[in-house]
Amino acid sequence: MAYQSAFLALADPTRRRVFEELRRGPRPVGVIAARMPVSRPAVSQHLAVLKKAGLVRDRAEGTRRVYYIDPKGLASIRIWLDQFWDDTLLAFKRELEKKDVT
Amino acid sequence: MINIAPVRKKLTVNASQSRAFAVFTADMSRWWPASHSILKSPLKECIIEPHVGGRWYSVGEDGSTCQTGYVMVWTPPQALVLAWQINPQWQYDPGLVTEVEVRFIAEGAETTRIELDHRCLERMGERAAEARDAVDSPNGWDKILESFRLFAAT
Repeated sequence: MAYQSAFLALADPTRRRVFEELRRGPRPVGVIAARMPVSRPAVSQHLAVLKKAGLVRDRAEGTRRVYYIDPKGLASIRIWLDQFWDDTLLAFKRELEKKDVT
Repeated sequence: MINIAPVRKKLTVNASQSRAFAVFTADMSRWWPASHSILKSPLKECIIEPHVGGRWYSVGEDGSTCQTGYVMVWTPPQALVLAWQINPQWQYDPGLVTEVEVRFIAEGAETTRIELDHRCLERMGERAAEARDAVDSPNGWDKILESFRLFAAT
């Protein structure tokens, strides 16, 4: 499930910080790493996990690789809402069909 | 421009159309899952003011309130459209309007089919992009993750 992988990917605080850096705009690994207390290879690994979770994409810009937030990552919000409404409507149905106890 | 398919739900309930509409709206506090609230205090009430333009909001046990949206269409007992204004940062955002349409279709005296569409979800992305630099919420993702966690635990 996409929302689960997005959840797992962002559960790590360092990875969440990498993701937050990308909220400012597209960035290459080096620029992100310069603002973080972890090494550049570590940032690359975090980006790979975020990419696999569908939260981040990358593209070549000249000789370097730039990472950016995948706008389609909104799909995870949609999946979350889909389950949210299943759950909510089930609660509604249960209440509506509850036998009167009076 | 990104398009996101609406969330669509259908269910059939053993209740008359008018009772289904009334319980959905006037009695929302009785069934809205307590875990699905963005209030810090435990959820006490869920209120829909029963007219076009009426607020849709929740009240916590400590008296704090948080708006979810407002009534866009109010045609009891057939349908209502609610504006859902909670953004992906899990905050009320008056600049965001996604629409939740709920239709109540009488299939018998005591049987009602309910169809729910939550649409215009792509606006969440547009809004998120606009708000990205203006409002940078350091707690945004923490709140979403907490919501995911609560959701997964139910």
